[in-house]
Amino acid sequence: MALSGLFLCTFLVVHLLGNLQLFQNDGGVAFNLYSAFMANNPLIKTIAYVNYAFILLHIIDGFYLAAQNRKARPQGYAKVDQSKSSSWSSRNMALLGTIILVFLIVHMKSFWFEMKFGNMPVTTIEGQSYKDMYSVVVEAFSQPWYAALYVVSMFAIGFHLYHGFASGFQSLGIRHHRYTPAIQNLGTFLFAILIPALFAAMPVYFCLKNL
Amino acid sequence: MILDAKIPEGPIAEKWTRYKATIPLVNPANKRNIEIIVVGTGLAGASAAATLGEMGYKVKAFCFQDSPRRAHSIAAQGGINAAKNYSNDGDSVHRLFYDTIKGGDYRSREANVHRLAEVSTAIIDQCVAQGVPFAREYGGLLDNRSFGGVQVSRTFYAKGQTGQQLLLGAYSALSRQIGRKQVQIFSRHEMLDVVIIDGKARGIIARDLITGKLERHFGHAVVLATGGYGNVFFLSTNAMGSNTTAIWKAHKKGAFFGNPCFTQIHPTCIPVSGDHQSKLTLMSESLRNDGRIWVPKKKDDSRKAVDIPEEERDYYLERRYPAFGNLVPRDIASRAAKERCDAGYGVGSSKMAVYLDFSDSIRRLGKDVIEARYGNLFEIYEKITGEDPYTTPMRIYPAVHYTMGGLWVDYNLMTTIPGLYATGECNFSDHGANRLGASALMQGLADGYFVLPITIGEFLSKDIRTKAIPTDHPEFEKAEKEAQERIARLMSIKGSKPVDHFHKELGKVMWEYCGMARNAEGLQKAKKMVQDIRTSFWKEVIIPGSADETNQELEKALRVADFLELGELMIDDAFDRNESCGGHFREEYQTEDGEALRDDNNYAYVSAWEYKGDNQAEVLHKEPLVFENVKLVQRSYK
Amino acid sequence: MKITLKVWRQQNGKTPGNFNTYTLPDVSEDMSFLEMFDVLNDELIRKGEDPIAFDHDCREGICGMCSMYINGRAHGPLTGTTTCQLHMRHFNDGDTIVVEPWRASAFPIIKDLMVDRSAFDRVIQAGGFISVNTGNAVDANSIPIPKEDADKAFDAAACIGCGACVATCKNASAMLFVSAKVSQLALLPQGQPERHLRVKKMVEVMDEEGFGNCTNTGACEVECPKGISLDHIARMNRDYLVSNIVD
Ligand SMILES: Cc1cc2nc3c(=O)[nH]c(=O)nc-3n(C[C@H](O)[C@H](O)[C@H](O)COP(=O)(O)OP(=O)(O)OC[C@H]3O[C@@H](n4cnc5c(N)ncnc54)[C@H](O)[C@@H]3O)c2cc1C
Ligand code: HEM
Ligand code: SF4
Ligand code: FES
Repeated sequence: MALSGLFLCTFLVVHLLGNLQLFQNDGGVAFNLYSAFMANNPLIKTIAYVNYAFILLHIIDGFYLAAQNRKARPQGYAKVDQSKSSSWSSRNMALLGTIILVFLIVHMKSFWFEMKFGNMPVTTIEGQSYKDMYSVVVEAFSQPWYAALYVVSMFAIGFHLYHGFASGFQSLGIRHHRYTPAIQNLGTFLFAILIPALFAAMPVYFCLKNL
Repeated sequence: MILDAKIPEGPIAEKWTRYKATIPLVNPANKRNIEIIVVGTGLAGASAAATLGEMGYKVKAFCFQDSPRRAHSIAAQGGINAAKNYSNDGDSVHRLFYDTIKGGDYRSREANVHRLAEVSTAIIDQCVAQGVPFAREYGGLLDNRSFGGVQVSRTFYAKGQTGQQLLLGAYSALSRQIGRKQVQIFSRHEMLDVVIIDGKARGIIARDLITGKLERHFGHAVVLATGGYGNVFFLSTNAMGSNTTAIWKAHKKGAFFGNPCFTQIHPTCIPVSGDHQSKLTLMSESLRNDGRIWVPKKKDDSRKAVDIPEEERDYYLERRYPAFGNLVPRDIASRAAKERCDAGYGVGSSKMAVYLDFSDSIRRLGKDVIEARYGNLFEIYEKITGEDPYTTPMRIYPAVHYTMGGLWVDYNLMTTIPGLYATGECNFSDHGANRLGASALMQGLADGYFVLPITIGEFLSKDIRTKAIPTDHPEFEKAEKEAQERIARLMSIKGSKPVDHFHKELGKVMWEYCGMARNAEGLQKAKKMVQDIRTSFWKEVIIPGSADETNQELEKALRVADFLELGELMIDDAFDRNESCGGHFREEYQTEDGEALRDDNNYAYVSAWEYKGDNQAEVLHKEPLVFENVKLVQRSYK
Repeated sequence: MKITLKVWRQQNGKTPGNFNTYTLPDVSEDMSFLEMFDVLNDELIRKGEDPIAFDHDCREGICGMCSMYINGRAHGPLTGTTTCQLHMRHFNDGDTIVVEPWRASAFPIIKDLMVDRSAFDRVIQAGGFISVNTGNAVDANSIPIPKEDADKAFDAAACIGCGACVATCKNASAMLFVSAKVSQLALLPQGQPERHLRVKKMVEVMDEEGFGNCTNTGACEVECPKGISLDHIARMNRDYLVSNIVD
C-alpha cells in the first residue's frame, strides 16, 4: 500500500509538470509534443505500464484492506466520537480513494482511451502531424460539469494525500522526531494543497476562459 | 501433630547451598510425566509455572482474571529489594537478612529469611535478562533507591510501576512456556477446592467463570500462589478480586494457617470519600521523603489547610519521633494517624484523614524537582480527588495493604498437606509481623523462580511412579459435589441483600476491632459480630441469574463466604497473641509512650491454626521461633 | 447529580444484545465511573434483576482489566485515563452516557460489557519474550544499557494490555499493543538475538487472530491510557520489513 501509494505520489508530480504545458500560451504546441512523447517513447511507455500496475495494485490492495478491516469489526458502535482522536481524511481513505477511482475512469476514458483508440483531431507541428490532444483537453475542460468533477476529485486527492503521504512513510517504518514533521508538512502543503490546486486550476482556467 | 519446619542443618549462611546440593532430583524423562498445578499467576505463580515448565514438568496454571498478566502483583509501585550492593553502601546478604528479621519484629523464621536474602541478587539478574526495564543511571547501570526505613539503597525500581514490569517479565516467561505447550493456561477460572487423595494434594476443582462449569484437574502436586487476603476488610489497596478462597479451602482440608492476624496497614493511602467507595488507592511510601505530615492543633478545625498558620499545625510524627520523623516504619506511622483522628483532629469532610504537605519541599527544592520525583503520583491523586497537591496538601489515611499471615509452610514451602505448596503472599513465611517495603516482590519471585522449583523435587522425586490419577476418582467426585452443593445453596437463598452488603459489614467490623489497634474486649465482641453477619449472609443474600453462566455476583458470594469464616480466625489469632508486635497492636500491651510491647518469652512463635470442622474451635499449634543469628531488641525509632 | 445511562446488555456471546436505559438520580462526583456501576448494580440486585457484567480488578489504572466504550470513546472522554480512574466530576448533571463493550471480532463479547481479550495473550505467546531460562542470567550490571534506550523501552513496556487501542481503531487493529512489546524488546540488547523472528511470529499471530490492518489514523495513540507512542508502530514496521528482507 505504502509503496504503491508513494509511487503514485511521484507519478503525480511528473504528471503535473507535464500538464502544466497546457498553460503555455502557444496554442497547444508544447502540450501536444509532450503528449505525443508520452504516448510513444518506449521508456515512458514502460513506466506508464508500471504505473498502471501500481494503480491497479493500490486499488485492489485498498479495497482488500477496507474489506478486511470491516470484517475486523462486524458490529459497529452505536455512538462513535472519533473526531478527537483522528483526522477525517485518515478515517475516509477508502471513500476518498473511490472518488479518485471514479475520476480516474472518466479521466482515462476522455484522454487515454481517445488518444489510443479514439478518433482524434489532428494538428501539424513543424510539418509533422500530431494527434491534437490539446484541443480535446481544452474542449473537455470547457464543459462546466467536467471541470466540476475535476475540482471535486482534486479535493479528494488532496484529502487522500493529506493523510496518505505521511502515512506511507509510517507504514515503511520511516519515522524520526526530526524528519517526521517535515514529511508531514510536505504531505500537507505540497501534496494535499499545491498539487491538487494546480491540477484543478487547469479545468477551472479553461472553463472560465470559455464563459 | 508436631510442626516440622524441616530447616536444614548447618550454619545459617550455608544451609541453602548445602541443602540444594542434596535435594533429590527428578530426571528429565520422568519430569515429562509429572503434572503440576499452579494456582495464581502473580509474581509467585507466574515465575513458578514458567520455571517448572522450563524444567520439563507439565504445568497447568490458573487465574481468575482474563489474562495471567493482570494478577494483583501488577499494582505494586515502589520497588524490589536485592542485596546487590551496587550502591557500595555496605549492603550484604546478611544485612538484608537482618533488616528483614528486625523489620518483621522478630516473628519470622531465620532460615527462610536468610535464603530469601541470598537468592535476591539472582532475581535482579533474571529480570534484567528477560528485558525488564529497570531505572538506570546515565552510565547505563542500574539505579537504586532507599525504601522503607533502612539505611542502604538496595531497592531496584521501574518508575512507579515496578510490580507491573516484574510481572510482565514473569508473564513473558510464562507465555513462552505456554507457546511451547509446557504450560496450559486456564484464565477466568477460579479454584474452589483442593482434592486430596491418600493424604496428598492431587488436584483441584475449578469453576470456569464464563460457562459456570465445574472442572476437575489432576496434578501430582498443587502449588497455591493466590496472593493476600486483605480484602477481608472490604476496603483495602488490594485488587477487587483478591480473595482467600484457595487457601481457605486448603486450610479446611488440613493445611494449617499461619499468623492469620498479621496485617499490614499502609499509612499513605487516599482516604475514603463516601459510601460508594469500592477500594483504596495507595500513594507510594516514597512521598514521605519530602512530605510533612500534620493535623491542626485545634480540634474540629474546619479552616482550609492553607489558612491554618504554621504555629497552629501539629507535625505529630516529627514531634513524637524526632530521630525518624516522617520516615518511621509503616505500622508506627499508621497508628499515629489513627490516634490523631480518633482524638478528633482529623481533616477533610470525613475527619478521617491527615495532611501530607509538600509546600516546604516545594519552597526548598522548587516545584520542578518535586514534579520530577512525584509527578505521576500527584497526577493519580488529582485524578481521584480533584485536588491539586502542589497547592493544597494531600489528604491521606492508612489502609489495609498486605497480609503477612497465610498458609503455614515448611522450609520447602510445603503446607501441612503433603504435595500442597504455598508461595508468595499467600504463605506466612518471610515477613514476620511486619513486611518491609519492596520485600513482597522479592519474596514472590524468590519463591517462584529459585526456591519452589527446587524444593518441590523433594516431594516429586518420591512420586515418579505415580501415574496420573483419572479425575473420576471418588475424591474428585466428592470435592466437585461439595462445591456444587455450596453453589446451589448460595443460589437458593434468594434473600434481599447483595453480597457487597455483607462484605462491607464484615469489613467494618474487622477494621474497627481487628485493624490497626486491637484489644481483648473488642475482639470478643467482633467474633460474635462476624458470626452474626455470617449467619445472616447465609439467610439473606441474593444472587440473581444462574450458576451456569457468567455470574459475577456468584463469584463474589463464594469469596465473601470464605472471608466470613477467615475473619473469625483472624480475630481468634489476634486474641491469642497477648503482645504487640509489628502490625499487630494490642492496646493492652504498649509502653508508656504508646509503643508496641513485644513479649518474646511467651510469644516468639508462629501460630499455626488447624481447622477442626464447621462451627468448631480451631486448634492452635505453635512453631517456636529460634533466633541464633540475631539478637532480639525492642524496635525504637525515637 | 442525575445521570442517565444507556448500557449495552447481552446475555452471552450467542444471544443478540440491546441497549437498556437506567437513570441514577443521585450520583456523587467523587465516584469513579465503575463505582457508579456498583451503585446501579446494587439497585438492580435488590430488585432481583441481573446486574451489569463488566471487567475490572485493580481499579488503579494498571491491570488493564477494565474496558467500556463510553460516549463513543474508549475509556471515556479523558485522555490518559482508564475507565476505573475516570471520575464522575468530569460529567455534568443531566448527562446521558452511552456505554458499550469493546467491539472487535478478535474480542468476542462474553456478557454485557465483558469481552474476551485472550487474543492478546496468544500474540505474546508467539514471541513476546526473551528466551532465557531461570538461572541462565549473567550479572545484571554486566549489560549496561544507555539510559535513553532503557527509558524508551520502559515507555513501551508501560502498556497495560487493555485493548483500548483495538477498541478505538476504526479498523480494530492491534498494532499499538503488539508494537509496544516488539519495540520494548527491540530497544534492549537482550532482545537482539530473537529480534527478527519475534516480530514475524507476533505479526503472523496478530493477523490470524482477526485484528484489522493499521492505516495510521493515530487514534490508538490518543486513546491509549498509557500514552504508548506511534513511534513503536513505526519501529515494528521497520523491523518487520527488515526481517522479511533478511531472510
Ligand atoms: C498497591 C500495592 C502496592 C504494592 N507495592 C509493593 C512494592 O512496591 N514492593 C513490594 O515488594 N510489594 C508491594 N506490594 C505487595 C505485593 O505487590 C504483593 O504482595 C505481591 O505482588 C503478591 O504477589 P503474589 O504472586 O503472591 O499474588 P498476586 O499477585 O496477588 O496473584 C494472585 C494470583 O492468584 C490468582 N488467584 C487468586 N485466587 C484464586 C482462585 N481462587 N482461583 C484461581 N486463581 C486465583 C489470581 O488470579 C492471581 O493470578 C504492593 C501491594 C499493593 C496492593
Ligand atoms: C492519485 C492517485 C493516488 C495516490 C497518489 C494515492 C496515494 C496513497 C498513499 C500514499 C496512501 C498511504 C499508504 C500507506 O499508508 O501505507 C494511500 C492509501 C490508500 N489509498 Fe491511495 N492513492 C491514490 C489513488 C487511490 C485510489 C484510486 C484508491 C482506490 C480506490 C485508493 C485507495 C486507498 C486506500 C483504501 C488506502 C488505504 C490506506 C489508508 O487508509 O491509509 N487510492 N494512497
Ligand atoms: S497500547 Fe495502550 S491502548 Fe493498547 S493495550 Fe496497551 S495500554 Fe491499552
Ligand atoms: S481496573 Fe485495573 S486498569 Fe482499570
